[in-house]
Amino acid sequence: MLGALTLLLLFQLIGEVIARALALPIPGPVIGMGLLFLALLLRGGPSEELRTTSGTLLMHLSLLFVPAGTGIVLYGDRLAAEWLPLTAALLGSTALAIAVTALVLRALMRRRETPRASGEARP
Amino acid sequence: MSHSLSEIWVYLSATPLLGLTLTLLAYQAAFWLYRRAGFHPLANPVLLSVSFIAVLLLVTGMPYKTYFDGAQFVHFLLGPATVALAIPLHAQWPKLKAMAGPLVIALVAGSLTAALSAYAIGALLGASRESLMSLAPKSVTTPIAMAVAESLGGLPSLTAVLVITTGILGAVGARYLYRLLRIDDHAVRGFAIGIASHGIGTARAFQVSEQAGAFAALAMGLNGLLTAVSLPWLLPWLERLLGR
Repeated sequence: MLGALTLLLLFQLIGEVIARALALPIPGPVIGMGLLFLALLLRGGPSEELRTTSGTLLMHLSLLFVPAGTGIVLYGDRLAAEWLPLTAALLGSTALAIAVTALVLRALMRRRETPRASGEARP
Repeated sequence: MSHSLSEIWVYLSATPLLGLTLTLLAYQAAFWLYRRAGFHPLANPVLLSVSFIAVLLLVTGMPYKTYFDGAQFVHFLLGPATVALAIPLHAQWPKLKAMAGPLVIALVAGSLTAALSAYAIGALLGASRESLMSLAPKSVTTPIAMAVAESLGGLPSLTAVLVITTGILGAVGARYLYRLLRIDDHAVRGFAIGIASHGIGTARAFQVSEQAGAFAALAMGLNGLLTAVSLPWLLPWLERLLGR
Protein backbone atom coordinates (compact mmCIF):
# COMPACT_ATOMS: atom_id res chain seq x y z
CA MET A 1 0.00 0.00 0.00
CA LEU A 2 2.64 2.49 1.09
CA GLY A 3 5.09 1.45 -1.60
CA ALA A 4 2.43 1.62 -4.30
CA LEU A 5 1.22 5.05 -3.14
CA THR A 6 4.82 6.30 -3.16
CA LEU A 7 5.23 4.98 -6.70
CA LEU A 8 2.07 6.80 -7.89
CA LEU A 9 3.23 10.06 -6.27
CA LEU A 10 6.69 9.61 -7.77
CA PHE A 11 5.25 9.29 -11.28
CA GLN A 12 3.06 12.32 -10.66
CA LEU A 13 6.12 14.26 -9.50
CA ILE A 14 8.10 13.27 -12.60
CA GLY A 15 5.09 14.27 -14.72
CA GLU A 16 4.83 17.69 -13.02
CA VAL A 17 8.56 18.32 -13.47
CA ILE A 18 8.42 17.40 -17.18
CA ALA A 19 5.29 19.52 -17.75
CA ARG A 20 6.91 22.57 -16.16
CA ALA A 21 10.40 22.09 -17.58
CA LEU A 22 9.08 21.77 -21.14
CA ALA A 23 6.21 24.26 -20.57
CA LEU A 24 3.70 21.69 -21.87
CA PRO A 25 -0.05 22.48 -21.69
CA ILE A 26 -0.65 18.92 -20.43
CA PRO A 27 -1.04 18.49 -16.63
CA GLY A 28 1.63 16.57 -14.73
CA PRO A 29 -0.62 13.69 -13.55
CA VAL A 30 -1.61 12.93 -17.17
CA ILE A 31 2.07 12.75 -18.17
CA GLY A 32 2.65 10.60 -15.06
CA MET A 33 -0.12 8.25 -16.21
CA GLY A 34 1.53 7.95 -19.64
CA LEU A 35 4.94 7.22 -18.12
CA LEU A 36 3.60 4.63 -15.68
CA PHE A 37 1.74 3.00 -18.57
CA LEU A 38 5.01 2.77 -20.56
CA ALA A 39 6.79 1.36 -17.50
CA LEU A 40 4.06 -1.30 -17.14
CA LEU A 41 4.40 -2.23 -20.82
CA LEU A 42 8.17 -2.65 -20.41
CA ARG A 43 7.88 -4.53 -17.12
CA GLY A 44 5.01 -6.73 -18.27
CA GLY A 45 2.42 -5.62 -15.68
CA PRO A 46 1.81 -4.13 -12.23
CA SER A 47 2.71 -5.82 -8.96
CA GLU A 48 -0.15 -7.21 -6.88
CA GLU A 49 0.34 -4.33 -4.42
CA LEU A 50 0.09 -1.67 -7.11
CA ARG A 51 -2.98 -3.35 -8.55
CA THR A 52 -4.85 -3.40 -5.21
CA THR A 53 -3.85 0.14 -4.19
CA SER A 54 -4.88 1.69 -7.50
CA GLY A 55 -8.06 -0.40 -7.46
CA THR A 56 -8.97 1.09 -4.08
CA LEU A 57 -8.18 4.61 -5.25
CA LEU A 58 -10.19 4.25 -8.49
CA MET A 59 -13.15 2.60 -6.79
CA HIS A 60 -13.85 5.89 -5.04
CA LEU A 61 -12.78 8.20 -7.85
CA SER A 62 -16.13 10.02 -7.49
CA LEU A 63 -15.21 11.18 -3.98
CA LEU A 64 -12.23 13.12 -5.30
CA PHE A 65 -14.44 15.44 -7.38
CA VAL A 66 -16.57 16.56 -4.44
CA PRO A 67 -14.39 19.43 -3.13
CA ALA A 68 -14.05 21.12 -6.55
CA GLY A 69 -17.71 20.49 -7.40
CA THR A 70 -18.83 22.24 -4.22
CA GLY A 71 -17.25 25.38 -5.74
CA ILE A 72 -20.63 25.84 -7.39
CA VAL A 73 -21.64 27.88 -4.29
CA LEU A 74 -19.28 30.64 -5.51
CA TYR A 75 -21.19 31.16 -8.76
CA GLY A 76 -24.73 31.80 -7.60
CA ASP A 77 -24.95 35.23 -9.29
CA ARG A 78 -23.53 34.18 -12.63
CA LEU A 79 -25.64 31.03 -12.68
CA ALA A 80 -28.76 33.07 -11.92
CA ALA A 81 -27.95 35.46 -14.79
CA GLU A 82 -26.80 32.91 -17.37
CA TRP A 83 -28.53 29.72 -16.31
CA LEU A 84 -30.29 29.16 -19.63
CA PRO A 85 -27.28 29.28 -22.01
CA LEU A 86 -25.07 27.42 -19.53
CA THR A 87 -27.57 24.63 -18.81
CA ALA A 88 -28.54 24.25 -22.47
CA ALA A 89 -24.88 24.22 -23.56
CA LEU A 90 -23.90 21.61 -20.97
CA LEU A 91 -26.91 19.36 -21.60
CA GLY A 92 -26.80 19.64 -25.38
CA SER A 93 -23.07 19.29 -25.85
CA THR A 94 -22.72 16.39 -23.41
CA ALA A 95 -25.49 14.42 -25.11
CA LEU A 96 -24.12 15.26 -28.57
CA ALA A 97 -20.55 14.31 -27.63
CA ILE A 98 -21.64 10.94 -26.20
CA ALA A 99 -23.88 10.18 -29.19
CA VAL A 100 -21.37 11.24 -31.86
CA THR A 101 -18.47 9.35 -30.24
CA ALA A 102 -20.51 6.18 -29.69
CA LEU A 103 -22.10 6.18 -33.16
CA VAL A 104 -18.81 6.89 -34.99
CA LEU A 105 -16.98 4.21 -33.02
CA ARG A 106 -19.71 1.63 -33.52
CA ALA A 107 -19.94 2.35 -37.26
CA LEU A 108 -16.17 2.03 -37.69
CA MET A 109 -16.03 -1.21 -35.69
CA ARG A 110 -18.86 -2.73 -37.71
CA ARG A 111 -17.24 -1.75 -41.00
CA ARG A 112 -14.07 -3.39 -39.81
CA GLU A 113 -15.79 -6.59 -38.72
CA THR A 114 -17.85 -7.18 -41.88
CA PRO A 115 -15.09 -7.70 -44.49
CA ARG A 116 -13.40 -10.46 -42.49
CA ALA A 117 -16.02 -12.24 -40.50
CA SER A 118 -13.39 -14.44 -38.87
CA GLY A 119 -13.02 -11.87 -36.09
CA GLU A 120 -9.85 -11.14 -34.20
CA ALA A 121 -7.69 -13.97 -33.01
CA ARG A 122 -5.30 -12.28 -30.66
CA PRO A 123 -3.32 -14.05 -28.02
CA MET B 1 -23.21 28.25 26.35
CA SER B 2 -23.51 30.14 23.10
CA HIS B 3 -20.14 31.68 23.82
CA SER B 4 -18.41 28.31 24.11
CA LEU B 5 -20.25 27.05 21.05
CA SER B 6 -18.95 29.92 18.98
CA GLU B 7 -15.46 29.26 20.36
CA ILE B 8 -15.72 25.68 19.19
CA TRP B 9 -16.90 26.95 15.81
CA VAL B 10 -13.93 29.31 15.56
CA TYR B 11 -11.59 26.44 16.36
CA LEU B 12 -13.23 24.10 13.82
CA SER B 13 -13.20 26.75 11.10
CA ALA B 14 -9.46 27.17 11.52
CA THR B 15 -8.45 23.51 11.10
CA PRO B 16 -8.75 21.25 8.08
CA LEU B 17 -10.61 18.69 10.23
CA LEU B 18 -14.12 19.99 9.57
CA GLY B 19 -13.93 20.28 5.79
CA LEU B 20 -12.24 16.92 5.47
CA THR B 21 -14.65 15.07 7.75
CA LEU B 22 -17.62 16.77 6.12
CA THR B 23 -16.48 15.61 2.66
CA LEU B 24 -16.03 12.00 3.77
CA LEU B 25 -19.32 11.93 5.69
CA ALA B 26 -21.28 13.48 2.82
CA TYR B 27 -19.73 11.06 0.34
CA GLN B 28 -20.44 8.00 2.46
CA ALA B 29 -24.03 9.07 2.98
CA ALA B 30 -24.31 9.68 -0.78
CA PHE B 31 -22.71 6.33 -1.61
CA TRP B 32 -25.05 4.57 0.79
CA LEU B 33 -28.03 6.13 -0.99
CA TYR B 34 -26.48 5.26 -4.38
CA ARG B 35 -26.18 1.61 -3.33
CA ARG B 36 -29.69 1.60 -1.85
CA ALA B 37 -30.93 2.90 -5.20
CA GLY B 38 -29.32 -0.09 -6.93
CA PHE B 39 -26.55 2.11 -8.45
CA HIS B 40 -29.16 4.05 -10.36
CA PRO B 41 -27.41 6.82 -12.35
CA LEU B 42 -29.80 9.48 -10.99
CA ALA B 43 -28.48 8.81 -7.48
CA ASN B 44 -25.00 9.87 -8.65
CA PRO B 45 -22.74 10.11 -5.57
CA VAL B 46 -20.91 13.28 -6.75
CA LEU B 47 -24.22 15.06 -7.34
CA LEU B 48 -25.60 14.00 -3.94
CA SER B 49 -22.43 14.84 -1.97
CA VAL B 50 -22.03 18.25 -3.61
CA SER B 51 -25.70 19.03 -2.90
CA PHE B 52 -25.38 18.04 0.78
CA ILE B 53 -22.27 20.14 1.32
CA ALA B 54 -23.47 23.12 -0.73
CA VAL B 55 -26.71 23.28 1.28
CA LEU B 56 -24.74 23.01 4.52
CA LEU B 57 -22.37 25.84 3.50
CA LEU B 58 -25.29 28.06 2.50
CA VAL B 59 -27.18 27.35 5.74
CA THR B 60 -24.22 27.80 8.12
CA GLY B 61 -22.65 30.64 6.15
CA MET B 62 -19.29 28.87 6.17
CA PRO B 63 -17.15 30.31 3.32
CA TYR B 64 -16.21 27.91 0.53
CA LYS B 65 -12.55 28.71 1.13
CA THR B 66 -12.76 27.52 4.74
CA TYR B 67 -14.37 24.31 3.56
CA PHE B 68 -11.83 23.79 0.78
CA ASP B 69 -8.88 24.31 3.16
CA GLY B 70 -9.86 20.99 4.68
CA ALA B 71 -11.26 19.28 1.61
CA GLN B 72 -8.10 19.96 -0.40
CA PHE B 73 -6.55 16.79 1.03
CA VAL B 74 -9.20 14.79 -0.82
CA HIS B 75 -8.86 17.04 -3.87
CA PHE B 76 -5.11 16.38 -3.90
CA LEU B 77 -5.66 12.63 -4.40
CA LEU B 78 -6.97 13.37 -7.92
CA GLY B 79 -3.30 13.52 -8.97
CA PRO B 80 -2.21 10.01 -7.89
CA ALA B 81 -5.63 8.64 -8.96
CA THR B 82 -5.03 9.99 -12.47
CA VAL B 83 -1.62 8.28 -12.52
CA ALA B 84 -3.28 5.06 -11.28
CA LEU B 85 -5.47 4.99 -14.42
CA ALA B 86 -2.37 3.53 -16.13
CA ILE B 87 -3.13 0.15 -14.50
CA PRO B 88 -6.59 -0.57 -16.05
CA LEU B 89 -5.29 0.97 -19.27
CA HIS B 90 -2.46 -1.55 -19.30
CA ALA B 91 -4.83 -4.42 -18.50
CA GLN B 92 -6.98 -3.59 -21.55
CA TRP B 93 -4.07 -2.71 -23.82
CA PRO B 94 -4.36 -5.66 -26.29
CA LYS B 95 -8.01 -4.81 -26.96
CA LEU B 96 -7.30 -1.07 -27.16
CA LYS B 97 -4.43 -1.60 -29.60
CA ALA B 98 -6.60 -3.75 -31.86
CA MET B 99 -9.10 -0.88 -32.12
CA ALA B 100 -6.58 1.97 -32.44
CA GLY B 101 -7.79 3.32 -35.81
CA PRO B 102 -11.52 3.57 -34.97
CA LEU B 103 -10.69 4.94 -31.49
CA VAL B 104 -8.61 7.81 -32.87
CA ILE B 105 -11.29 8.82 -35.40
CA ALA B 106 -14.04 8.62 -32.75
CA LEU B 107 -11.83 10.67 -30.41
CA VAL B 108 -11.43 13.52 -32.90
CA ALA B 109 -15.15 13.51 -33.77
CA GLY B 110 -16.26 13.41 -30.13
CA SER B 111 -13.75 15.94 -28.85
CA LEU B 112 -14.65 18.54 -31.50
CA THR B 113 -18.37 17.91 -30.98
CA ALA B 114 -18.08 18.45 -27.23
CA ALA B 115 -16.21 21.76 -27.42
CA LEU B 116 -17.80 23.31 -30.51
CA SER B 117 -21.40 22.40 -29.66
CA ALA B 118 -21.01 23.82 -26.15
CA TYR B 119 -19.63 27.03 -27.64
CA ALA B 120 -22.32 27.21 -30.32
CA ILE B 121 -25.29 26.58 -28.01
CA GLY B 122 -23.93 29.01 -25.40
CA ALA B 123 -23.29 31.69 -28.02
CA LEU B 124 -26.72 31.29 -29.63
CA LEU B 125 -28.43 31.72 -26.26
CA GLY B 126 -26.38 34.78 -25.37
CA ALA B 127 -23.76 33.60 -22.86
CA SER B 128 -21.00 36.12 -22.13
CA ARG B 129 -17.58 35.64 -23.76
CA GLU B 130 -16.04 34.78 -20.36
CA SER B 131 -18.63 32.06 -19.87
CA LEU B 132 -18.15 30.72 -23.41
CA MET B 133 -14.40 30.40 -22.92
CA SER B 134 -15.02 28.67 -19.60
CA LEU B 135 -17.53 26.34 -21.28
CA ALA B 136 -15.51 25.16 -24.28
CA PRO B 137 -13.06 22.84 -22.47
CA LYS B 138 -15.66 21.43 -20.03
CA SER B 139 -15.52 17.83 -21.30
CA VAL B 140 -11.95 17.21 -20.18
CA THR B 141 -10.46 16.49 -16.79
CA THR B 142 -10.46 19.45 -14.34
CA PRO B 143 -6.74 20.42 -14.36
CA ILE B 144 -6.51 20.45 -18.18
CA ALA B 145 -9.85 22.25 -18.57
CA MET B 146 -8.81 24.94 -16.07
CA ALA B 147 -5.49 25.53 -17.83
CA VAL B 148 -7.18 25.72 -21.26
CA ALA B 149 -9.90 28.10 -19.99
CA GLU B 150 -7.25 30.38 -18.56
CA SER B 151 -5.32 30.52 -21.83
CA LEU B 152 -8.57 31.37 -23.66
CA GLY B 153 -9.57 34.15 -21.27
CA GLY B 154 -12.23 32.20 -19.35
CA LEU B 155 -12.58 31.81 -15.57
CA PRO B 156 -10.73 28.67 -14.38
CA SER B 157 -12.80 28.25 -11.21
CA LEU B 158 -16.06 28.55 -13.17
CA THR B 159 -14.64 25.96 -15.57
CA ALA B 160 -14.07 23.57 -12.65
CA VAL B 161 -17.77 23.79 -11.78
CA LEU B 162 -18.85 23.37 -15.42
CA VAL B 163 -16.49 20.40 -15.81
CA ILE B 164 -17.96 18.64 -12.81
CA THR B 165 -21.53 19.42 -13.85
CA THR B 166 -20.75 17.97 -17.29
CA GLY B 167 -19.33 14.87 -15.64
CA ILE B 168 -22.45 14.41 -13.54
CA LEU B 169 -24.76 14.98 -16.54
CA GLY B 170 -22.88 12.35 -18.57
CA ALA B 171 -22.79 9.85 -15.71
CA VAL B 172 -26.51 10.34 -15.07
CA GLY B 173 -27.75 10.50 -18.66
CA ALA B 174 -25.49 8.19 -20.70
CA ARG B 175 -27.48 5.07 -19.89
CA TYR B 176 -30.70 6.52 -21.36
CA LEU B 177 -28.89 7.76 -24.44
CA TYR B 178 -27.29 4.35 -25.01
CA ARG B 179 -30.64 2.66 -24.69
CA LEU B 180 -32.15 5.09 -27.20
CA LEU B 181 -29.31 4.56 -29.69
CA ARG B 182 -29.11 0.80 -28.98
CA ILE B 183 -25.46 0.82 -28.00
CA ASP B 184 -24.58 -2.27 -25.97
CA ASP B 185 -20.82 -2.78 -26.38
CA HIS B 186 -19.07 -1.86 -23.12
CA ALA B 187 -15.97 -0.70 -24.99
CA VAL B 188 -18.03 1.79 -27.05
CA ARG B 189 -20.08 2.88 -24.03
CA GLY B 190 -16.98 3.46 -21.92
CA PHE B 191 -15.09 5.31 -24.63
CA ALA B 192 -17.97 7.70 -25.37
CA ILE B 193 -18.58 8.56 -21.73
CA GLY B 194 -14.85 9.11 -21.19
CA ILE B 195 -14.75 11.58 -24.12
CA ALA B 196 -17.79 13.55 -22.97
CA SER B 197 -17.58 13.27 -19.18
CA HIS B 198 -13.91 12.75 -18.20
CA GLY B 199 -13.21 11.34 -14.71
CA ILE B 200 -16.77 11.37 -13.37
CA GLY B 201 -17.92 9.46 -16.44
CA THR B 202 -14.93 7.15 -15.97
CA ALA B 203 -15.86 6.58 -12.33
CA ARG B 204 -19.37 5.64 -13.44
CA ALA B 205 -17.97 3.36 -16.18
CA PHE B 206 -15.80 1.51 -13.64
CA GLN B 207 -18.93 0.86 -11.58
CA VAL B 208 -20.44 -0.81 -14.67
CA SER B 209 -17.47 -2.95 -15.77
CA GLU B 210 -13.67 -2.94 -15.84
CA GLN B 211 -13.69 -2.95 -19.62
CA ALA B 212 -15.95 0.10 -19.82
CA GLY B 213 -13.77 1.80 -17.19
CA ALA B 214 -10.52 1.19 -19.05
CA PHE B 215 -11.92 2.51 -22.33
CA ALA B 216 -13.29 5.54 -20.48
CA ALA B 217 -9.90 6.17 -18.87
CA LEU B 218 -8.19 6.00 -22.26
CA ALA B 219 -10.78 8.32 -23.82
CA MET B 220 -10.44 10.80 -20.97
CA GLY B 221 -6.64 10.88 -21.28
CA LEU B 222 -6.69 11.20 -25.07
CA ASN B 223 -9.37 13.89 -25.06
CA GLY B 224 -7.39 15.79 -22.42
CA LEU B 225 -4.33 15.75 -24.66
CA LEU B 226 -6.23 16.64 -27.83
CA THR B 227 -8.19 19.46 -26.16
CA ALA B 228 -5.07 20.92 -24.56
CA VAL B 229 -3.33 21.20 -27.92
CA SER B 230 -6.34 22.02 -30.16
CA LEU B 231 -8.66 24.47 -28.34
CA PRO B 232 -6.12 27.25 -27.64
CA TRP B 233 -5.81 27.91 -31.41
CA LEU B 234 -9.14 26.54 -32.63
CA LEU B 235 -11.40 28.85 -30.61
CA PRO B 236 -9.65 32.17 -31.39
CA TRP B 237 -9.82 31.14 -35.06
CA LEU B 238 -13.53 30.36 -34.73
CA GLU B 239 -14.16 33.73 -33.05
CA ARG B 240 -12.44 35.56 -35.89
CA LEU B 241 -14.45 33.55 -38.39
CA LEU B 242 -17.71 34.49 -36.68
CA GLY B 243 -16.55 38.10 -36.30
CA ARG B 244 -17.29 38.15 -32.58
